[in-house]
Amino acid sequence: MTIEIKRLKKDSLPRLFAQLQAKGRRILAPHSRAGKTGFEELSSSGQVAQDYLQTTLSPKSAVFPRCEALFRYTFEGKEIKMEEKPEPAPTVVFGLRPCDAASFAVLNAVFSWDYPDALFKSKLEKTALLSISCRQADDYCFCTSVGGGPGDTRGSDILLTEMGSGDYLAEIITDRGRELVQLAPELFQEAPAPGKEKHLAQVPVKFDLKQLQEKLPKVFDSPQLWLEQSLRCLGCGACAFVCPACVCFDLQDEANRQGGVRLRCWDSCGFSLFTLHASGHNPRSLQSQRWRQRLLHKFSYFPDRLQTLGCVGCGRCSRICPADMNLLEHLKTIAEAS
Amino acid sequence: MAEFQPKIVAFVCNWCTYAGADLAGTSRIKYASNVRIIRLPCTGRIDFMLLLKALDQGADGVIVSGCHPNDCHYTAGNFHARRRWIVFRSLLDFLGLDTRRVHFAWVSAAEGAKWAQLVNSVTEEVQRLGPYHDYQKLAGAGVE
Amino acid sequence: MEELRKKARELLERGAVKVVIGYGPGSAARTRAVFVRKPEDADQLILNDQCTQNLSVYLTKPEVKTLGKPAIVAHLAGLRSLVQLAAENQIADGQVLAIGVSPEGKLAELPDLKAVEAYLAGFRFELSPEEKAELDKIERMTAQERWKFWQEQLARCLKCYACRAACPLCYCERCLAGNNQPQWIPVASHQTGNLEWHLIRAMHLAGRCIGCGNCERACPVGIPLSLVTHKLGEEVFKNFGGRPGLSSQQEYALGSWKLEDKENFIG
Repeated sequence: MTIEIKRLKKDSLPRLFAQLQAKGRRILAPHSRAGKTGFEELSSSGQVAQDYLQTTLSPKSAVFPRCEALFRYTFEGKEIKMEEKPEPAPTVVFGLRPCDAASFAVLNAVFSWDYPDALFKSKLEKTALLSISCRQADDYCFCTSVGGGPGDTRGSDILLTEMGSGDYLAEIITDRGRELVQLAPELFQEAPAPGKEKHLAQVPVKFDLKQLQEKLPKVFDSPQLWLEQSLRCLGCGACAFVCPACVCFDLQDEANRQGGVRLRCWDSCGFSLFTLHASGHNPRSLQSQRWRQRLLHKFSYFPDRLQTLGCVGCGRCSRICPADMNLLEHLKTIAEAS
Repeated sequence: MAEFQPKIVAFVCNWCTYAGADLAGTSRIKYASNVRIIRLPCTGRIDFMLLLKALDQGADGVIVSGCHPNDCHYTAGNFHARRRWIVFRSLLDFLGLDTRRVHFAWVSAAEGAKWAQLVNSVTEEVQRLGPYHDYQKLAGAGVE
Repeated sequence: MEELRKKARELLERGAVKVVIGYGPGSAARTRAVFVRKPEDADQLILNDQCTQNLSVYLTKPEVKTLGKPAIVAHLAGLRSLVQLAAENQIADGQVLAIGVSPEGKLAELPDLKAVEAYLAGFRFELSPEEKAELDKIERMTAQERWKFWQEQLARCLKCYACRAACPLCYCERCLAGNNQPQWIPVASHQTGNLEWHLIRAMHLAGRCIGCGNCERACPVGIPLSLVTHKLGEEVFKNFGGRPGLSSQQEYALGSWKLEDKENFIG
């Protein structure tokens, strides 16, 4: 599958949005509220947030919403009537970064692991990713340390790279990307001069992944290390919730005498209750154990069992952490430890 | 046109208001039938969530009632309740909830007539205000 | 700053405390909590405008407590949290040494509660004119406008509980929100769950919250929580007098009562 290269003019964006919507696509794009950005359904490209290096919230909500009804039911006399869930609308996620595009594969690995999660899959197969590569990076970014990059095409259906002129170099990567182009073919014009690299941010590799992965199992039983790293951790769920690759969830049943709903809600392994057993025993009763779990499952257990890293180096967790934990620093400490 | 019949939930203490409501009944006082009474040992036991859950589950209005100050069967339960309501009510107001739909009262065991009058006036007011759509619209909002 | 490092070194050297909880350099321009145990590490400590987190939240974290008797670098808010924690029997007198930092940056070694309370008595704790103006803005809206405002703000809530985790006074090992027999406060981050969580958290903090702002700073989606915490503080002060965190003997406003408590809405 060769990648086609086209040019998408910056001022074509409003028409692109309009045409995609006219052809039935729901568009999720970065939108700013109270200075924080998340992916919301937008009706025009004018509402897209400007000047974001990376959004606060990840686009995982496109396929793994924060609060999702798995099923609803009502009681009719003695009968239980299940409600039909409408088919998910075909969706285009616009403006996500290459790291985010790569994270969808991580979500998919988990949701395909023991059985294919129907709800997730039904959304994933209707979701196209129209990413924008990174012209800037900050100190929190470490995509290149985990196999990604500011212009990486993995996971994207179309990757746009903004050139000096303001127009985009558009890489049409997958069949789904080609389908999207067909919805507005006149907007994708002849390819500009090659050389996307010069428009991309420089993201130096910050630690040796291989070294990290070799060291991790060896430091499992180093309680002092984990204690030192996690002393300032407050035990909230902010990191897991903004992470594009975090996929833990809680099931909540809410019902009354008329009927009810089963909800799937985001959960975090950082919460003290996460592993509380019904017996009262908690295998991860200490924050240091929970921090160790967070790091190990993303960098050790996921690669072992799902053949994918559980982190794409987007840096969101570190940017919003109220305690300034900074995952990257901790990873470097372990990778560089003798 | 069928008149809107509000659903009013009343959280009342066992010793005073509940007995007062009972007195209204035994005195054969006719009053609005829109109220559903939930009996608690004391207003001091009333949790904020009880009121919110009532609204959650479709109540258009809420009454909270207990013994007059100094008459609490448990001596001070209603004093604690009074303090809580002072803060809770101002917080509800601050967050934009309709405090015209949440009524607090002291109704003693001898005040059957007062109970009836209270229910009538609250029912009338909530009827005028209409169903509490704002709170009910919350159900299901934010769920994909 | 040098004075702080010197003091920390000295406290650790003479064994007065086992750990100094203070601010250290963080990512980008931020600061973060540091837990200095060796005198030679005292140089990690910094003190600047970025040091805004109320570090008293760490006084009740189980693994921090295992480090031994702490000295804590505390601005006025941190000191008030300390006093409030003592009032609630979470800290015993003499168990924590406070290194008070005045608004001008002057240090004061406060070895026990009496010293902290005496220190705090020299300051006034009212909302600043800006804070009052923000509250005013909300209060002048109609109820409908307030509803719309808060629903919009709370719609962003993820239920990450960063506000709770960052709060020095949310130290309950089993938070009510975690109870599920019954699930009183909905876990889900739908509109009902978000509203009820914030309402109940506010009520559990009324009369205890000293308005440090940790919650608002911790919120990843920018919900203006300080509007609620300031409003609560004002309501409690207005109706019952007294502000939390100034005396370890202070009664909990919602756990006590006076015959003269006045209201104008109970029929």
